[in-house]
Amino acid sequence: MKKTLLAASVAAAVMATTPVMAKTLVYCSEGSPEGFDPSLYTAGTTFDASSKTVYNRIVQFTPGTTEVEPALAESWEVSDDGLEVTFHLRDDVKFQTTDYFTPSRGLTADDVIWTFERQMDENNEYYKLANGGFEYFNAMSMGELIESIEKVDDHTVTFHLTRPEAPFIANLAMDFASIHSKEYEEQLIEQGNPEQANQRPIGTGPFQFVDYREDAAIRYQANPDYFRGQQPIDNLVFAITSDAQVRYQKLRAGECHVMPFPNPSDVDAMKSADDIQVLEEPGLNVAYFAYNTQQPPFDQVEVRKALNMAVNKEAIIDAVFQGAGEVAKNPIPPTMWGYNDDIEDDPYDPEQAQQMLEDAGVEDLEMDLWAMPVQRPYMPNARRTAELMQSDLAKVGVTANIVTYEWGEYLERSKNEDRDGAVILGWTGDNGDPDNFLGVLLGCDGVGGANRSQWCYEPFDELIQKAKTLDDQAERAALYEQAQVIFKEQAPWNTIAHSTVFMPLRQDVTGYTVDPLGGHSFEGVDIEE
Amino acid sequence: MVREAALTAASRPRVTSQTSNMLRFLLVKLAQLVPTFIGVTIVAFAFIRLLPGDPILLMAGERGISAARYAELQAQFGFDRPLVVQYWDFLKGLLQGDLGDSLVTHSPVTGEFFSRFPATLELSLFALAFAVIIGLPAGVLAATRRGKLLDHTVVGVSLTGYSMPIFWWGLLLIMFFSGTLGWTPVSGRISFMYFIDSVTGFMTIDTLLAGNWDAFLSALHHLVLPSIVLGTIPLAVIARQTRSSMLEVLGEDYVRTARAKGLSNFRVIMVHTLRNALISVVTVIGLQVGLLLAGAILTETIFSWPGIGKWMIDAISRRDYPSVQGGLVLIAFIVMIVNLLVDVAYGVINPRIRH
Repeated sequence: MKKTLLAASVAAAVMATTPVMAKTLVYCSEGSPEGFDPSLYTAGTTFDASSKTVYNRIVQFTPGTTEVEPALAESWEVSDDGLEVTFHLRDDVKFQTTDYFTPSRGLTADDVIWTFERQMDENNEYYKLANGGFEYFNAMSMGELIESIEKVDDHTVTFHLTRPEAPFIANLAMDFASIHSKEYEEQLIEQGNPEQANQRPIGTGPFQFVDYREDAAIRYQANPDYFRGQQPIDNLVFAITSDAQVRYQKLRAGECHVMPFPNPSDVDAMKSADDIQVLEEPGLNVAYFAYNTQQPPFDQVEVRKALNMAVNKEAIIDAVFQGAGEVAKNPIPPTMWGYNDDIEDDPYDPEQAQQMLEDAGVEDLEMDLWAMPVQRPYMPNARRTAELMQSDLAKVGVTANIVTYEWGEYLERSKNEDRDGAVILGWTGDNGDPDNFLGVLLGCDGVGGANRSQWCYEPFDELIQKAKTLDDQAERAALYEQAQVIFKEQAPWNTIAHSTVFMPLRQDVTGYTVDPLGGHSFEGVDIEE
Repeated sequence: MVREAALTAASRPRVTSQTSNMLRFLLVKLAQLVPTFIGVTIVAFAFIRLLPGDPILLMAGERGISAARYAELQAQFGFDRPLVVQYWDFLKGLLQGDLGDSLVTHSPVTGEFFSRFPATLELSLFALAFAVIIGLPAGVLAATRRGKLLDHTVVGVSLTGYSMPIFWWGLLLIMFFSGTLGWTPVSGRISFMYFIDSVTGFMTIDTLLAGNWDAFLSALHHLVLPSIVLGTIPLAVIARQTRSSMLEVLGEDYVRTARAKGLSNFRVIMVHTLRNALISVVTVIGLQVGLLLAGAILTETIFSWPGIGKWMIDAISRRDYPSVQGGLVLIAFIVMIVNLLVDVAYGVINPRIRH
């Protein structure tokens, strides 16, 4: 007995004196964050470093999906007329305690109201400081949508809306809706230093901010008060590494555990490496080729259909995406609810395409083929895609002249209703809602704007407008499926591809889930000993 | 005593005339800087605006921006005013030390620049040290063995070094030394294990100030590859200049005389030849500063080095007008000052220049 006791006390003493090695996960991020206040920015790189680590939202996307689930709110209900949405907040959520802020209270309805007030109330100090520059909040028309926000009690809050809008709840899962601490930001205003919120953030998220070395590294530590429990890793470091090839070398050398955005040409080598695993997931995006449906001959459905059939999309997937993508048949990606898998894509058939063009009375067609000057998540190389399309179109007697402009200019000019030809462009989903693709990119409201095909087709528009006002997801999905049938018949676009997202990780990393919305979150991620 | 006094009196005007010569030389050089500097501000201001691309549209991306909000932002950034007025404001701010705020981070450009500048300077100094330590002896050896295998090797290697594309060279070294051999870290300034408080901004000095020896070694370790990559072109230039300048001096009469006097070869080379050959080499070394800052842009991108090169690349791609124009002016200013110092140093070494 004595011996056992002695052994136990010696073991205890040894354990007490042996330092426990802290678990540190290093993420080789692709760029520097613009700041740490996610409401001010629109870039994914900034969200990874702020909203995904430090903050939470009222609701969130279930990891790996685009479904919305509770987060800071335990539950919610929508009034019958769709104009009131009431959220019941958890009562066990604490804001982070750091060396620059100690909260005196937990999360309440006041923080939720503050988060939105600072983005829409012209008298709020933060609104004044940013000069109303909350671009994502504005782009999602949240200011027009929210009439007022009411505090029912400390943990209940009601949003009064100006119109029923089903995607509203999904919008609240987006990064710009990250919940800020009213107490912290009011303290900063009092100290005359409100800018600090953008440099040293305070949220309720799984990790708390420790330090940022500009363009070099960001350090976080696990939030011990996190409402879902402490994280398996102790420290999280973002090692900023802008070159994809260098990120890969760092991953190989074990200098980082996770890296985003590999070069497609490196993926095969990564997959065959013993110490690296590669996760993959279809991205929530689409690359498309939008005809100007207001200009002849693209105002004829037969011509658009014929041109769709003239292009060999499989060849584009092989040559441009190098296999890191799949042919798109619908304007929304297959991972999204409401996707209509029964739809059949226009077959690749140059002979029939040529015949259809002749039948439509189109001969010696010459058109502009717009190729983006930049690489985007949905399109690795628009120029190469355009060249492949050009040669396909030549086979059916169509002369396509490739045109391109500087990126900002390209986006602007392609909006013009009298623009010639067809435009290669794409979209990455914001909130996982089909309306974010079908409504924004193909609705009548978008003509002269985000609707690059300038396509306003009543039967389609009626369906998507109706779907937007319904609360029941199954009913909405049915309407979107119908809308996709009409889209395919009318062919305002040739849907090109949905790209695949690859996430290379070290073999010992567990619990990582690829986010179809393109974010990178380390909640629940562990490193095996 | 009388003789001594006379001597002192005679030498006084000479000293004064030397000082005034030097002063005049300096003033002329400084005056020459003014038009150059104004030219630089115009080029910097115009350069980013001549590039196609609108910062506001780039920020908005595919999501777009309403016409009203666009106009609002234009007014907020002052882009709606005539270019001449914008330039004048830029110049006025510059004279007061205010280069405006970054469009992306909303922080003052001057602060953003100087918080990153030590990283670039540290890398450049190590690269220059590498270039001098290898380039100088290589040039001397090549000159003393003219026409031999070693000479051909130095000339050939330095020509290759001079024409090496930095990006390719950097990636090649990373793949071999970091990827395959695992001898050096892939990128960054220091291991993620260490977060050292910035005192001087020089990682090697800050780690020593923090008394953290391991961190210091890690910082040195991280400097190896980027210094080699950035130092490659200056090394080639220095080696070639040393070689040709040595060859020139080796042909001088006094060198032949020294040899005739029976001095050892080592003494002839090191004392009589190298010291005189160094004058032009020192100038070339000074001129490398501009080259190093230009090379830093690519080197920093490859090695994720958090200096002004990487910062400028980001600013250009985002069309962050204030950061690009401010950064360019500051870089040009630094290069001008260094060149001035080189001119002055050269004037001191070689009094003929002053006249």
